[in-house]
Amino acid sequence: MKVSEIIDQLGLKVIAGEKGLDREISGAYVSDLLSDVMGNAREGQIWITLQVHQNVMAIASLKDLAAVILVKDLEANANTIQHSNEEQIPILSSSLSTFDIAGKLHALLADK
Amino acid sequence: MELDFSIEGGDFTQAGQASSRVKKVLKQLGVDAKCIKSIVIALYEAEVNVVAHAYKGQIHIQIDKDKIQTLITDEGPGIPDIAMAMTEGFSTASKKVREMGFGAGMGLPNIKKNTDELKIDSVVGQSTTVSMVNYF
Ligand SMILES: Nc1ncnc2c1ncn2[C@@H]1O[C@H](COP(=O)(O)OP(=O)(O)OP(=O)(O)O)[C@@H](O)[C@H]1O
Ligand SMILES: [Mg+2]
Repeated sequence: MKVSEIIDQLGLKVIAGEKGLDREISGAYVSDLLSDVMGNAREGQIWITLQVHQNVMAIASLKDLAAVILVKDLEANANTIQHSNEEQIPILSSSLSTFDIAGKLHALLADK
Repeated sequence: MELDFSIEGGDFTQAGQASSRVKKVLKQLGVDAKCIKSIVIALYEAEVNVVAHAYKGQIHIQIDKDKIQTLITDEGPGIPDIAMAMTEGFSTASKKVREMGFGAGMGLPNIKKNTDELKIDSVVGQSTTVSMVNYF
């Protein structure tokens, strides 16, 4: 499944990195601890987090993640958005809590 | 091939730049993808530790046919008990750093897991030196 395919189904907003919307999704990882993501997330995963600063995109890029979903309508910092566009890794935004959006994404990916 | 970078303590906007550059170089050299992943994890964590815990630092990297050697030297508070610092969950990160999602005490364990050789030396009140080797 591509990043573009989950947007409508999960009611996500595309905040930045539109050019990366055809990245293929291999799964997802949920964490707000950056070293946890660095050590344990895998290539092609969607990262669900409440962190909005630009180190999120540095990690997403180093780990070749498919996209980042920010929860609870949290707004990305300006330099996070810039980094997302440069790296072509989308930042998506959800109004839902981490639990709810992770549950929905899990169901969607398990369905495939 | 040799690469050098400087790191400013406290400047999180720069954190990861050296790792990103090294990742690109290793890709161009055709190094095994799994090996690059490990090196990137270890280098990023070492880079962030200088930003989060020290005042300033230098990265010196030497890439040979069969391995990459990385030396990260900083001026900073040093590490009084290295064995303790290596324990998963141990962290002295400030509240501000923790709020950013750093300070889980997972960085040094990540480095250990993702390097073939690791040596940490420190002079308390002065400096820390992290030396790592990965074979391709
Ligand atoms: N370069 C350094 N200078 C001084 N102290 C350091 C340095 N690197 C690590 N430490 C000490 O070792 C501890 C553990 O480091 P480690 O990288 O495992 O965790 P952390 O940096 O606190 O959190 P995380 O890496 O999970 O974001 C640090 O909290 C700090 O006390
Ligand atoms: Mg650390």
